[in-house]
Amino acid sequence: MAKRIALECSHAISLAVKLANVDVIAAYPITPQTHIVERLSEYVADGELDAEYINVESEHSAMSACIGASAVGARCFTATAGQGLALMHEMLFIAAGNRLPIVMAVANRCLSPNLSIWGDQSDMMASKDCGWIQMYGENAQEVFDLTLQAFRIAEDERVLLPVAVNFDGFYVTHVIESLTVLEQEEVNRFLPPRRKAKYTLHPDNPTTWGPIGLPDIQTELKYQLEKAIQNSKKVIKEVWREYGEISGRYYDVFEPYRLEDAEVAILMMGGHCGTARIAVDRLREKGLKVGLIKLRLFRPFPFEELVEATKHLKALAVVDKAFSPGGFGGPIFSEVRSAFYDLDVKPRIVGFIAGLGGRDIRVDEFMGLAEKVLRGEKIEKNYVFLQVRE
Amino acid sequence: MSEEKYFKTLKDLPKEELFVQGHRACSGCGEAIAVRHIMKAIGPNCIVISPTGCLEVVSSPYPYTSWAVPWYHVAFENAASVASGVEAALKVLMRKGVLEKKKIHVVAIAGDGGTVDIGFQALSGALERGHGFAYICLDNEAYMNTGIQRSGATPYGAWTTTSAVGKAIRGKVQWKKNMPAIVASHGIPYVATACPAYPVDLVNKVKRAVEIEGPAYVHVLTPCVPGWRIPSNISIKVARLAVQTGIFPLYEIKDGKLTLTVKVPKRKHVKEYLKLQGRFAHLTDEEIEKIQERVDRESESLGLGPRA
Repeated sequence: MAKRIALECSHAISLAVKLANVDVIAAYPITPQTHIVERLSEYVADGELDAEYINVESEHSAMSACIGASAVGARCFTATAGQGLALMHEMLFIAAGNRLPIVMAVANRCLSPNLSIWGDQSDMMASKDCGWIQMYGENAQEVFDLTLQAFRIAEDERVLLPVAVNFDGFYVTHVIESLTVLEQEEVNRFLPPRRKAKYTLHPDNPTTWGPIGLPDIQTELKYQLEKAIQNSKKVIKEVWREYGEISGRYYDVFEPYRLEDAEVAILMMGGHCGTARIAVDRLREKGLKVGLIKLRLFRPFPFEELVEATKHLKALAVVDKAFSPGGFGGPIFSEVRSAFYDLDVKPRIVGFIAGLGGRDIRVDEFMGLAEKVLRGEKIEKNYVFLQVRE
Repeated sequence: MSEEKYFKTLKDLPKEELFVQGHRACSGCGEAIAVRHIMKAIGPNCIVISPTGCLEVVSSPYPYTSWAVPWYHVAFENAASVASGVEAALKVLMRKGVLEKKKIHVVAIAGDGGTVDIGFQALSGALERGHGFAYICLDNEAYMNTGIQRSGATPYGAWTTTSAVGKAIRGKVQWKKNMPAIVASHGIPYVATACPAYPVDLVNKVKRAVEIEGPAYVHVLTPCVPGWRIPSNISIKVARLAVQTGIFPLYEIKDGKLTLTVKVPKRKHVKEYLKLQGRFAHLTDEEIEKIQERVDRESESLGLGPRA
């Protein structure tokens, strides 16, 4: 029987990792990720989880050790944030390109400078092109579920890609919430306790991994990765359906809220969707037709699904907690505009960059930006930094 | 050798080649000669991790491979971290019954850049954690793969493409980093130096490194034909002179105790070694004496014989 408990969101991830019976954890401490790996250390120390816990000397080595362990056939987990993810950057591509089903939790944190331990999504967005499947969770329940699902998706022979489960530093990581957790037997039915790896490093079958790729082969290799991550969407949806049947919680590439009759929708990822929902309710009370789309899957990006669900809108207000200096607004904003480019009739798409470096986005700010869009107010360049004090 | 030898002569080595022909190393490459013997000493029951470098590039142009053992190249700076993961995974998967319980040697074979410079942190971390793996550094004393750039292992005075010889500066102005001593200070059970000119000494040390419990480190001097500016038929001769001059003493440190494995009762003058190599061609007698003085000091502290 499923049971309802209260857990800090970080510990919800640790619990999912324990239930997934991982073989190897390699991690380096960084705020606000630490609670995840501290709890895992306790599980291993108490004998509740039979895993090798490698206290690596950097995040670069954390991912490197996971890469080595995963190549031998182990189920591997790591967690990081901000600067740690940036230090791992090089290894992220290799994990994906070598098709290693590593699962990583990212407690999203602002990149330096100035040194900021607080949350935004600039860390993962700077690594968005690394070939990983990337999901964003909002609360303890969601990150618990996404973490378990991540192992199933990553290890599926049709996928074989690493998965990053993102959740906002502090705003989500350090919050205690109630959630329903699966029992070990239920997890075992959903996720086999042992990873089945078809290709591994072993003397019984010597194979060469990571050779030098000359120009006559590299394009095809890169294209294979693109095909693999595009094809993974089908498997992700399949796994979500199956998980729904076990848990009663059904997931999809995004989660709409009061969208059916909406004229304008806010679109964003992560913990601030909770605040945005309150803003939507208040605007509805004022008779304004506003909805919300909580984007869950960033890679592969659900272009078709998003267009289908939002093409009736007058406008989409995309809120990014990251931006590309010198580029065109935030990363989600850019993707959404691309998704709609070929449509003759499409919603107006405007971008708001907010919540940088842990700055809260308040209910009234969400209400304000939605009203601005509803009124059809002109926004130069179609995107704006919402919270800058002049 | 301080204890029984695994191999008394090269004839005792297995016939089977595990680093096979067809690789693209230069003729006379000290590294390729060393690796062929190293792999025979390790045997087929292993997983080899190599960082980026000459060895990786010459041995693995897709879809060809010279490796008859499982081999993984990940990146430049992390052979020791990848090996940490491999070792940990083998341990846990054997404990859980997923893999059959047997000793599989985890070996990192890296260059000097990947060891003493960019891979230094990863190696130090892995040694401190005590993973059961052997780390073999093939030291050709510069970044040869990228075109002979200076590394922390490049010796004093040597010309490289980034320690140019000009009017103001004449080659590398710093001394070579003493990596075996740094590794030994981690207190690991086994550290050794070796070179392909003493192949029996080399293979026994490699075998001991993979058989020992816990981390082991073997630092192998491997002459580089283009980088050292030497003809391809003297790389072994040059390696032998490195030992006979006391520039590269051969020893092992087992449980903290240092033993010279190749005695040099009468050390040759360093110029016999330096004069064969184009990378030192610019050195004045004064500069050569400066090197000799340092070698004398180091030789004395190691207990090598006096200069002939």
